[in-house]
Amino acid sequence: MLKWLEKNLPKIVMAPAVGLIGWFVYGFVLWTLYISFTNSKILPKYELWGVGQYVKLWGSRKWLIAVDNLLIFTALFLIFCVVIGIILAIFLDQKIRAEGVLRTIYLYPMALSFIVTGTAWKWILNPTLGIQKMFIDWGFENFTFDWLVNREMAIYTIVIAGVWQSAGFVMALFLAGLRSVEDEIVKAAKIDGANLFTVYWKILLPMMRPVFFTSFVILVHISIKSYDLIVALTQGGPGISTTMPALYMTQTAFHKSQVGLSAASAMMMFMAVAAVIIPYLYSELRRENAR
Amino acid sequence: MQDKIHASYKQLEQKSKYTNMFLRWFLYFVLVVFAFYFIFPLYVMVVTSLKTMEEIRQGTLLTWPSGLNFDSWLVAWGGRGYGAGDTFLKPYFWNSIKMVVPAVFFSTFIGAMAGYVLTKWRFKGDKWVFLFLLFGCFIPYQAILLPMARTLGVLGISNSVIGLVLVHTVYGIPFTTLFFRNFYVSIPSELVKAARIDGAGFFKIFFKILLPVSTPIIVVTIIWQFTQIWNDFLFGSTFSFGEAAPIQVALNNMVLSSTSVKEYNVDMASAIIAGIPTLIVYVLAGKYFIRGLTSGAVKG
Repeated sequence: MLKWLEKNLPKIVMAPAVGLIGWFVYGFVLWTLYISFTNSKILPKYELWGVGQYVKLWGSRKWLIAVDNLLIFTALFLIFCVVIGIILAIFLDQKIRAEGVLRTIYLYPMALSFIVTGTAWKWILNPTLGIQKMFIDWGFENFTFDWLVNREMAIYTIVIAGVWQSAGFVMALFLAGLRSVEDEIVKAAKIDGANLFTVYWKILLPMMRPVFFTSFVILVHISIKSYDLIVALTQGGPGISTTMPALYMTQTAFHKSQVGLSAASAMMMFMAVAAVIIPYLYSELRRENAR
Repeated sequence: MQDKIHASYKQLEQKSKYTNMFLRWFLYFVLVVFAFYFIFPLYVMVVTSLKTMEEIRQGTLLTWPSGLNFDSWLVAWGGRGYGAGDTFLKPYFWNSIKMVVPAVFFSTFIGAMAGYVLTKWRFKGDKWVFLFLLFGCFIPYQAILLPMARTLGVLGISNSVIGLVLVHTVYGIPFTTLFFRNFYVSIPSELVKAARIDGAGFFKIFFKILLPVSTPIIVVTIIWQFTQIWNDFLFGSTFSFGEAAPIQVALNNMVLSSTSVKEYNVDMASAIIAGIPTLIVYVLAGKYFIRGLTSGAVKG
């Protein structure tokens, strides 16, 4: 008995982690999947109802708006975060004085919650006393900036705040990537007559392929899950113009009491994330095995 | 060869000195402009929290406050002192602390043990077990919210700090395991093998050999978990309301419940109070924070 215990101690120690994740992650995802095939309203019902909830979901105007917003947000969020992140990383990589201070400034938003920063941006972007008033007081009398309360433009305020929060993260990833490249490669290229621009464009950035890939995965992941920022900034409004899938899911479950429909939307989000993450994990694992 | 490269490189550097001068000014200019962009919201938050509403209406976002006036901070922290409808952050701040401390402790401990087993007591299929845990880092939590709400209800711990401790412990495990596993992989297994031959057991090896060198990764993990859990809003707002709510939920409620006149100075003071613990940790231990961010992401 004691011998058995000793031999299996590592597995026993491992058991809580595996058990908890098995139940609370995999079990719960399957549970949600099951609910999505039922006609649950306030309380879960457990007789199967088929794919009705998915049909309902894709026929819902609000969900289509949410998906549309997600696509707009993800595209812009990705482009701006990556472009700003790369520019900052390359510039910081030029033996800059006060690099530490600048890096700290670029990255501090990552330490704050989206509720805190959303509250701040909501105040900055509000049309009466915020940025609009600042420009009017500076003498630009016809300056208007009402995106926050404008149905067409409100989604872009979420992009502004989201990029502000996450661009520093991309900077940190690329800076770490650039620092891991051998100095000699750059020096040799310069001797061959390549200017700084060519060195980065033709040599260093192509070497950063894994970093691009990682940033892409992380940013898409953040954007599919984005919830807090929208709650703090617009609560999906004006109207339902800035609804996103994560907000749709909680609102449908906890305000509208349409648990089955909400589970269907959660499964759609799960599948979207899985489509991005599984190839990523697969390639990471292959890279590790190759080592 | 290396010396030769170095020498001709030095020559090259001399030649392009003047173009470099211009380029460097441009570099600094862009970097400083971005620094202003990033610092701008924080600056606005701080100065707004120090102004009176009168000052806010008269000035602009950037106007310097007339003095160091911490009234809004006091209101945000302790309320105005009248009974009903007076929401302030103090009790929720303590809720968050009561939630964060045990959740960080348990998730870090479980993750350390898992990382230890996965690297130093390898068994058949351990790679798959790691992958199994790792996937938990990435699931959208919306896919577990409904069963979790039900489970917490059945256990009788919905709308309580204990419930949130459980939730944050469980969903922290994939991250903490990842951190410790990637750290312990780099520690030579020969040490462990030698100790095993000397008859040291499972726990003795952990406490005598691995734990003494684990300080950096423990710091990284604690900072990461602290920041994540302190800043969480989704779980807090779904599984708690009223008195058990953590600080981010309370902050959001405070900002949204505009009973009479919107008091932006109190809003900003509240936001700063809710953000200050993680901000302090970031400023004091930024190195470890960044390490957590990048290793959580890059290593995968």
